[in-house]
Amino acid sequence: MTGAAPVARMAEMRLRTPEGVSFSLRLASPLLRMVALLIDWGVVTVAWGLVAIVMGLLELLAGDFARGATVVLYFLLSQGYRVFTEWAWRGQTLGKRLMKLRVVDARGLRLTLSQVLLRNILRFVDALPGAYAVGGVAALLSARGQRLGDLVAGTLVVWEQTEPSPDLGLLGDNKYNSLRGHAPVVARLRQAVSAKEARVAWQALRRREQLEDRARLALFGELAAHFRAVTKFPPETVDGLSDEQFVRNVVDVLLVK
Amino acid sequence: MDLDKFIAAERPGWLRLDEMLARRAEDPWAEMTLEEARELERLYLRASADLARLSTLAAEPDVQRYLERLVARGYAEVHGGEVRRERFQVWRWLRVTLPQAWRRQRKAFGLALALMLVGAAFGGAAVAFDPEAKPVIMPFSHLLGDPSERVAEEEAQSRSPSGHHSTFAGQLMTHNTQVTLTALALGLTWGVGTLVLMFYNGVILGAVVVDYVLAGETTFLLGWLLPHGSIELPAILVGGQAGFVLAGALLGRGQRQRLADRLRAVAGDVVTLAVGAALMLVWAGIVESFISQYHEPVLPYWLKITMGLLELTALIAYLGWSGRGAERALPKGGRR
Repeated sequence: MTGAAPVARMAEMRLRTPEGVSFSLRLASPLLRMVALLIDWGVVTVAWGLVAIVMGLLELLAGDFARGATVVLYFLLSQGYRVFTEWAWRGQTLGKRLMKLRVVDARGLRLTLSQVLLRNILRFVDALPGAYAVGGVAALLSARGQRLGDLVAGTLVVWEQTEPSPDLGLLGDNKYNSLRGHAPVVARLRQAVSAKEARVAWQALRRREQLEDRARLALFGELAAHFRAVTKFPPETVDGLSDEQFVRNVVDVLLVK
Repeated sequence: MDLDKFIAAERPGWLRLDEMLARRAEDPWAEMTLEEARELERLYLRASADLARLSTLAAEPDVQRYLERLVARGYAEVHGGEVRRERFQVWRWLRVTLPQAWRRQRKAFGLALALMLVGAAFGGAAVAFDPEAKPVIMPFSHLLGDPSERVAEEEAQSRSPSGHHSTFAGQLMTHNTQVTLTALALGLTWGVGTLVLMFYNGVILGAVVVDYVLAGETTFLLGWLLPHGSIELPAILVGGQAGFVLAGALLGRGQRQRLADRLRAVAGDVVTLAVGAALMLVWAGIVESFISQYHEPVLPYWLKITMGLLELTALIAYLGWSGRGAERALPKGGRR
């Protein structure tokens, strides 16, 4: 197994699995990455401030030992924070989490600890000569937005929006549909309405809760008018129905066989 | 296709896969039963097939995106299994993984060592034949003076220790680790940066050694350097070794693989060597702070020299032989 084959190289990278399906990884923009970086820098600074207070108090008791521990702790915190969080949170630091970014394997496989360590060890070179100039230029020149550490570790930073599981009950939920008893009307509708039109109406119903009231009324008014113009409906099938309910009934008979 | 019925029928499988993947993400090393593994694969294949079916309908972006995400996660889990999945074991890593990685990449270590030795010869010759070169070569002010005067000072100080050993040890550990990781990272300059760093460290070492030897302070020098240097210098060399391994993959001389594959092939060893070097430097930092700074009459030189030689012997034995049994037990070319 050599991993999924990249089938496109854009802000979105598509990978094809051996099963023959494709999925896409949306590459993170340099701006988002920079914001995440600044957040992480802030996190380390604040965390270090808190640790320094505790170590300062400890120094009163343990003197030299506490000072030595402070030096080591600062090193571990500044260098280890990203490694620890990216490993524990599967490719995310706090900054990346807030920006919905994630470090992933460039082949779509599972991120390994070696990759996390390597991309962070090489951060030193990417940060040269200051303000991540080397890494920034490398990311801009790279087709997949990879800084040097990412190139070597075989990782990508992607923008990831959580996708909610598809909701049900939109159609075919056993509610009474006035069109169901009128086979000729249903047949004429199925003949006259293209699959594309049916999908547009389905999408409108799916997203109805996201629309403002006025826009929702206008949209379903338009869709209802369109379907009414396609064929003649007996009065008992449409009387007392709102435009939205009418569209719902139409889509129901079109898509649910 | 009856989409709602399709979604209704398939959704339980998607949710189950979602749940299984979330559980795997929580603990990637958790053991799966055969039934669970089969179920995971079956659900992943089914979700893939569902995605393929849905892809033919351009008008269902939400469900398609959800499935794409699910398949992407499932893909990483199902096909990511090429990597050995056993829980990380510190003892095994120390006993087998690190020494094996060092042996696999011993040519790169040899290169780092050769460069340091050439640098040392250069630095030593410079100080021996041109005393004016000393201020140019020595980066540390305390090494610039007369060696015999410094020995007298150090031995006097040794009787009344400063009491800052932990702080000093912490500074040494972090500073040396940074230097070593720099040597590694500079492998990205196709090895040029690593090469310069190895040579430069050799120059300083050679200059110091020759300076003290010519001043007749060989015993002090060995007693001072060996306890921590026998681990610290090899650690820096291991950092250089990792840098050269990285550079070798970048250059890809005589290799037919693509750059990404070459880098992937050495990534594990590079990281292992980096962590190994960092651990060696922790030890060296403690020894340098708590032992190397004590001289006669507090600590006899023969004791310090013996300790340093024992450490070096143990290190050579460890890197050269530890985990050889496990190496033989693996199929040809196999790695753990």
